[in-house]
Amino acid sequence: MDAAFLTGQVFNGFSVASIYILAALGLALSFGLMRVINMAHGEILMVGSYLAYLTILFIPGPLGIFAAMLVAFIGAGLLGAGLEAALVSKLTARPLDTLLATWGVSLILQQGARDVFGATGVSVTAPAWLDGAITIGALPLPAARLFIMAVAVAVLGGLALFLRMTRVGLLVRAVNQDRATASAMGVNVRQVDAFIFGLGAGVAGIGGVVLALLGPVTPNVGQSYIVTAFLVVVLGGLGSMIGTTIAAVMIGLVMALAQIFVDVSFAQVLTLLFVVLFLQFRPQGVIAIRSRALDAE
Amino acid sequence: MGKGLHRRILIGALLAGTACMSGCKKNDAAAGAGAADAVKVGVLHSLSGTMAISEVTVKNSTQLAIDEINAAGGVNGKKIQAVTEDGASDPATFAQKASKLIDDDGVVTVFGGWTSSSRKAMLPVFEKTKNLLWYPVQFEGNECSPNIMYSGAQPNQQILPAYDWAKQKGFKKIFLVGSDYVFPRTANLILKKHIEHDGLTMSGEEYQPMGGTDFSGVVAKIRAAKPDVIFNTLNGDSNVAFFKQMAAAGMKSDVIPVMSFSIGEQEAQAMGPSLVEGSYAGWNYFQTLDNPENAKFVAAYKAKFGADAVVTDPMVHGYLDVYVWKAAAEKAKSFDPAKVRAAAVTLDAVPTPLGTVKFAANNSLVQTGYIGQADPKGQFKILWTSPGMIDPNPYDALAFPGKTCTIS
Repeated sequence: MDAAFLTGQVFNGFSVASIYILAALGLALSFGLMRVINMAHGEILMVGSYLAYLTILFIPGPLGIFAAMLVAFIGAGLLGAGLEAALVSKLTARPLDTLLATWGVSLILQQGARDVFGATGVSVTAPAWLDGAITIGALPLPAARLFIMAVAVAVLGGLALFLRMTRVGLLVRAVNQDRATASAMGVNVRQVDAFIFGLGAGVAGIGGVVLALLGPVTPNVGQSYIVTAFLVVVLGGLGSMIGTTIAAVMIGLVMALAQIFVDVSFAQVLTLLFVVLFLQFRPQGVIAIRSRALDAE
Repeated sequence: MGKGLHRRILIGALLAGTACMSGCKKNDAAAGAGAADAVKVGVLHSLSGTMAISEVTVKNSTQLAIDEINAAGGVNGKKIQAVTEDGASDPATFAQKASKLIDDDGVVTVFGGWTSSSRKAMLPVFEKTKNLLWYPVQFEGNECSPNIMYSGAQPNQQILPAYDWAKQKGFKKIFLVGSDYVFPRTANLILKKHIEHDGLTMSGEEYQPMGGTDFSGVVAKIRAAKPDVIFNTLNGDSNVAFFKQMAAAGMKSDVIPVMSFSIGEQEAQAMGPSLVEGSYAGWNYFQTLDNPENAKFVAAYKAKFGADAVVTDPMVHGYLDVYVWKAAAEKAKSFDPAKVRAAAVTLDAVPTPLGTVKFAANNSLVQTGYIGQADPKGQFKILWTSPGMIDPNPYDALAFPGKTCTIS
């Protein structure tokens, strides 16, 4: 095994991790705040991918991908907020029912996409400037993957700044720490819920756009990422943004480095085994959130 | 405590999510209208789930053949009544629907199946009920049942001809990439035996879980191994991800040629023809095949399913299966599955879009192998034709020594 291959796999690990981050952040946000498991999260990714397809149909050219991310962020965000208002908010007291209800939504969205766009899937062509690779030493790094990593870093940075610096961010943090007290202090908890659900969905929408650069856009595309996204959220410590990020990088690296020795199928087994062992020794996940919301239950 | 509960719910959700990717799909069975002097046949394909993309079109071409035969007067004086069921991309559902077709609907034969897992799940049902399944897709061989007519290619009619072609072209280092299930594993087992036997180099063997889309590691290994050619037995959506990520890494088909065994005209369209342009495919039929039967079939299919519709190898096998069944039933003057089977393997050659073909005594179709190269429109230019028709052999002599398929 040569050094270029090893560094290549480390790069791949981070590249895969950046996709997991975009896929899992929304789940972590809504779980951290509302203790709601959104089974339709994968389909929100899928909607983001299809929005990218539609946007690039209308705005071809080198900047179409940015327009697509904007459209997907807003479109998926509105879908998420709508889903929260129409369904999730009615069921917050019954977590298992939310699970089933959002799973139902996921089936509806999948079949909807199948009826509108057909079962065969559509293709999103990356703009020409994402086609090539940047060669560092003997190692060509695909531009598309570098771009996805940049998007993940930008989204993480943007979210962190937003939660830390803005007033809305302050409200979100307040509700996250202690829902009852925040509510008693006059924070409109319901609005914060809908907002964060929409924000998480918007991030997933962006995730959907970048997925379309690497893989197929089909009605089932969300299903291939949702399980790993859940895994990342569990490993990360259920709801912490930093934990989610670290967990995504850990899973990405384990996956990529395992592939040096075994094939993809077996690498997935090893990754699951790693998560199981990790949780055996650290059941609270990477970062344990100590908030009163959790103590109260 | 609260936290542990949440984790348990999350893990439950995870499990539910995994289970439902394979298990919980909708069923939309549709039975045809009944008629007194009709003979019932089953059509059993995945009309929902991940395989629907491929199988719906095979169902369409099977239905087209049934409609054509009915318009021309039917079989043995009876109209064919198709009972269509949805296998839902799930082997267990295939088995259950096959039982239902045979036991409840009383069909005399069934046309259907795509994945080897679905065929393997249905096999015991057909053997127990002594009914007959017409299976239209290329597969890995290593199976020999008197109750299945294997019209798709055996390994020696698709994969080995492609291998011989690659060898002739001077490719010495071969990299194997496949989805992780029975067909690619068995096909690659056979390929490995031949690579070893011929003194070529196998420069890698990688499997991707069904539906998997992350090829970063595979692409890196291909780059490190620098093979002359890649033999690709990936199935379904994974192909899109594989070709996209190879292209992104600067290894398009002009740099490292890819020979695919599950990419036909339909898949090339769905993936975006520019993605697969220049890559090779091995089949027993391409839409570009030049013969009058094929021209007639393609025109009839387009007339019914739209001018943009494309035709693929498994669709043609689904179509010709119905015609061979008709010819066999007429020869046997009976719809009894055993008699039809006996007649089918002794028929004279039947004209089909593949050319005139016949079934061998081992229940498989004698057919020609072709290598095509994808053009910018997602059609294939035929580069190579096997010298003559190839007799089907389910048991490769190198991989399964001493095994033969004799059906009496």
